[in-house]
Amino acid sequence: MGDDLVFKALADETRRFLLDLLFKQDGRTLTDLESAIDMTRFGVMKHLKVLEKANLIAIRWAGREKLHFLNTVPIRLIHDRWIDKFTERQVAALAGLKADLEAKACRPTRKRA
Amino acid sequence: MSTDAKTSVTTQVYEVYIKATAQSVWDAITTQEWTAKYGYRGKMEYDLRPGGAFRAHAAPGMEAYGMPAILIDGEVVEATPPTKLVQTYRMLFNEDTKAEGFTRVTWDIEQNGAGFTRLTVTHELQGAPGMAAMVAGKFSEQGSGGWSWILSDLKSLIETGSTLA
Repeated sequence: MGDDLVFKALADETRRFLLDLLFKQDGRTLTDLESAIDMTRFGVMKHLKVLEKANLIAIRWAGREKLHFLNTVPIRLIHDRWIDKFTERQVAALAGLKADLEAKACRPTRKRA
Repeated sequence: MSTDAKTSVTTQVYEVYIKATAQSVWDAITTQEWTAKYGYRGKMEYDLRPGGAFRAHAAPGMEAYGMPAILIDGEVVEATPPTKLVQTYRMLFNEDTKAEGFTRVTWDIEQNGAGFTRLTVTHELQGAPGMAAMVAGKFSEQGSGGWSWILSDLKSLIETGSTLA
């Protein structure tokens, strides 16, 4: 259900840039985000709305200020359900190789001990 | 930039929608039977009243890696089942985070009409940059761990009966 919204939200350069901005500094206002992008306030609002619908942005109110927080859980869910499935073998192989090489380099006598 | 925005920078927010009732999400967070099945697999012990103790026990096998028996401790600030849990949170397994002391975690559980429950974890991490990096998942090489990983695993457990890890 939510995966489509997340993929669609991520399929746009400006929206990815907005997430990057929040990654650098979380909990920002519209005015603050707008100042970092060459776009109208309305344009930025529209993009933030898409990110909010995909749950990639969580809203917190500090008094009358609407703060935007990066929510990484949907990306994690896609990672866990999709990316992991396809990369598991490579990662396991690389992790095994790394462990082997390090064991040889650092502890050559380990296996005999 | 306003001072409000600056003080909020150290707060991290994690949100996930789970196809379950608020009560099952509450149980998954607060009962040992459930917490031993997802995330770091440790038993979470909650005395669910203001001032009550919170302890996260190491999962079986962790102590062999030099982990202490109690990984995280804290105190319950507010417990309103099944919608809100506020607690303090201090990581004991690392000298740096231990020295950073207690932070504050708020669990908001909100059931909507469509059979979904929204779980929001708000972690206030003022003065705790080490812990902030850890809960953001920056402490393992694969970038795993942290709240997003825990919540993803929790969602999977509640919805499918099995975890991802």
